[in-house]
Amino acid sequence: MFVRWSAAIAAAILLSSPALLQGARAADKPTDPQIAHIAYTAGVIDINAAKQAQKKARNKDVKAFAEDMLRDHEAVNKQALALVKKLNVTPEDNDTSKALSEQASEKLAELDKLSGAAFDKAYVANEVAYHKTVNGALETQLIPSASNAELKSLLQTGLKIFQGHQQHAEHVAAELK
Amino acid sequence: MPGRLSAIATAVLLVALAVPAHAATIEITMENLEISPKDASAKVGDTIEWINKDVFAHTATARNGDFDVNLPAKKSGTLVLKKAGTVDYYCRFHPNMKATLRIEP
Ligand SMILES: [Cu+2]
Repeated sequence: MFVRWSAAIAAAILLSSPALLQGARAADKPTDPQIAHIAYTAGVIDINAAKQAQKKARNKDVKAFAEDMLRDHEAVNKQALALVKKLNVTPEDNDTSKALSEQASEKLAELDKLSGAAFDKAYVANEVAYHKTVNGALETQLIPSASNAELKSLLQTGLKIFQGHQQHAEHVAAELK
Repeated sequence: MPGRLSAIATAVLLVALAVPAHAATIEITMENLEISPKDASAKVGDTIEWINKDVFAHTATARNGDFDVNLPAKKSGTLVLKKAGTVDYYCRFHPNMKATLRIEP
């Protein structure tokens, strides 16, 4: 979703004016304050999804998974906040964060209409897809663009956590079948 | 017969006494979602101590079901090895964390 969106925005900018080529390049390479905002937002999105799942999930493995997501993402975001404070960086809202949040609230609304086993399945499937998307963004865009070494290292840890979650989610999804 | 029995009993006792004397504690660290050493060797009777340096909870869970040690954030967990063999283990929360224990008799 993330990558597709970036490509769409880049295309839109390219189409609207050749003079904005520079803008397209800037959109491809976010700044550290933007990266911090995107990473934090990505965590908040998964925390919100987990909170919804805690209320709605029926299967005990799905409930446990939601609890794991809540715990890990809160821990990552706590570290992220501590780091931006230490580095004196103010996370900067940006189009990528906005697009991520928008898509996430649509997904929350969609999942809210489901219940029982249908919710469990849809939540876990979305967790697999969402972690995959974020991993792609971290690997191809956020980590290579980060200029501060500590931020880069936190993102690298974040990537490993997200990769772990993706595998965990895939495992839970397989068990639900 | 009783002589042989007591010899065996003595031998068993000696082995029993010998094990704690040789038992070692092997430390394995979990940091930044990496297990190190990834490949550890130990003997039956040794203690494995997993030290979780992360702010995330992990587990050391044997693929063959032999053990499942919970490692809360910034905490350690121990396990006394009872059985020889090569055991692959992983973290249930982050299955990308994988390692191997080689347990000699
Ligand atoms: Cu783990």
